[in-house]
Amino acid sequence: MTATAANPNIQMPPAVDAHLVLDGLTIYYGSREAVARTDLAIPRKQVTAIIGPSGCGKSTLLRSLNRMHETVPGAHAAGRVLLDGANIYDPAVDPMNVRRRIGMVFQQPNPLRARTIAENVSIGLELDGIGRREKEAAVERALKRAALWDEVADRLDRPGTALSGGQQQRLCLARALAVEPELILMDEPASALDPIATLRIEELIRELMTEITIVIVTHNMQQAARVSDYTMFMNLNERGSGRVVEAGPTQMIFTAPKSKQTEDYITGRFG
Amino acid sequence: MAQAFVGRRYRRRVLVNRLMLVLTVLATVISLVPLVLIIFYVAQQGIGSLSIDFLTHTFRPISFGTTSTGGGVLHAIVGTVIIVGFSLLLAAPIGIMAGIYLAEYPGNTASTAIRFCVDVLSAMPSIVVGVTAYVLIVQRVKSFSGFAGSVALIVLMVPIITRTTEEILRLVPQTSREAAIALGAPKWRTTLTIVLPMALSGIATGVLLAFARAAGETAPLLVTVLGNNNLTYDLFGPMQALPLLAYRYTEQPYKVLNQQAWGAAFLLVVIVLGINILVRIFTRTRSPR
Repeated sequence: MTATAANPNIQMPPAVDAHLVLDGLTIYYGSREAVARTDLAIPRKQVTAIIGPSGCGKSTLLRSLNRMHETVPGAHAAGRVLLDGANIYDPAVDPMNVRRRIGMVFQQPNPLRARTIAENVSIGLELDGIGRREKEAAVERALKRAALWDEVADRLDRPGTALSGGQQQRLCLARALAVEPELILMDEPASALDPIATLRIEELIRELMTEITIVIVTHNMQQAARVSDYTMFMNLNERGSGRVVEAGPTQMIFTAPKSKQTEDYITGRFG
Repeated sequence: MAQAFVGRRYRRRVLVNRLMLVLTVLATVISLVPLVLIIFYVAQQGIGSLSIDFLTHTFRPISFGTTSTGGGVLHAIVGTVIIVGFSLLLAAPIGIMAGIYLAEYPGNTASTAIRFCVDVLSAMPSIVVGVTAYVLIVQRVKSFSGFAGSVALIVLMVPIITRTTEEILRLVPQTSREAAIALGAPKWRTTLTIVLPMALSGIATGVLLAFARAAGETAPLLVTVLGNNNLTYDLFGPMQALPLLAYRYTEQPYKVLNQQAWGAAFLLVVIVLGINILVRIFTRTRSPR
């Protein structure tokens, strides 16, 4: 990949069988460059973590991977993001279809108010006009995959907001899983949770990666080290835009970082 | 002892605090005085007129020397219900949909322009709206009508409904919208199944307040609905309405009619107050679980 040559510190697997390829992706808010040109490949059925100090564009980069950043007025992107070789930014592509294949879990658990647990999970399926029996099966399957079934099986008709914070986040994960995405983006999914709930989420991530590709933003370096196979380190560049400084196998980033900035960050000297 | 905790200018801080509290309480009381006075005075003057006759009969001609009671105001009650009801039927969907547009597409040039226009419209004196309806409808068809009054009221109600709908929809957290958008839901679906249900009670409040406001309008009806002493259900002819009747009857040389004006005024206050109380109950029981 020629683009990788631009930054020798980016050592992700080859783009050939990658799930997602960022090809010259640059993200803007209006005329301001929020994330500088990024070229790298995100491997299939692996967990890729994005770490870095606050405000360095981690979430922006993540949200650009299923075009969620476009919900912010003025946000747009240049370059390409290839999902199995097809550009999600092609003018002919409707972002709605991108988001059906690339799901998302947010920082704050956001179960839908005044909706039951079952409705929260099936809301994405309703868009497809799926029948009731099929829907019930899908709800159970999704809740099991999110390791929540045993806790809520007897109260599927209770409001989703009645659950604890950790349960709510797994409910949101089940909601995302119910539409069978191939890739899930997680924006600091455990930062609002207590340590035990965090552990549950991390275990889930490790289980899910056997089936789907996961990209996770976290400001918790230990978490990145625990759950991810690959890590991208981002920082602000001299122009004030976010930039991927270094990327590669997690093991390597945490034990033998190439960049001085990465080393300073993971050893806790700043950020 | 306690002296140890006394900081600098302690006494002064306590005094200023007390003074401010007294001032705010005083201002609150002053702002409530007119409300109490109006309700009390209108009730005192008008409650005597209330009777079965008053509510179930229409105008009865008065001649000197008889003891005619002047009949009742049924024709005005019916007129108000028809005129304002018809207005609501059209103003509610228009206002709600415009509010949805303003809330869900807040940033673009069109919505900024529309928001400005809606604000200007809501500040428009109601007599101006009435005269416009007179010129555009009454003069064209050469007839005063309840319909012309309805159109004027719609123009007054739409901005109220639009802005309350917009404000309420803005309160729906962005994270709820994102939840649906991230599942690939189209915008209309997100709005219809996620955003609107969460804002339902607030929107209903806006609609009812607009209804109450329109029910009390007099000026635009003067030049469009004209007034009618008979009971009529014909929206396309002159009708009677409670505020209109109250205004007309105060100009009459007959004591009984002046008295009936008070009765109509009292009825209006009861209706408006009732709607406001209804709104309170509605928003309390229908708030999200």
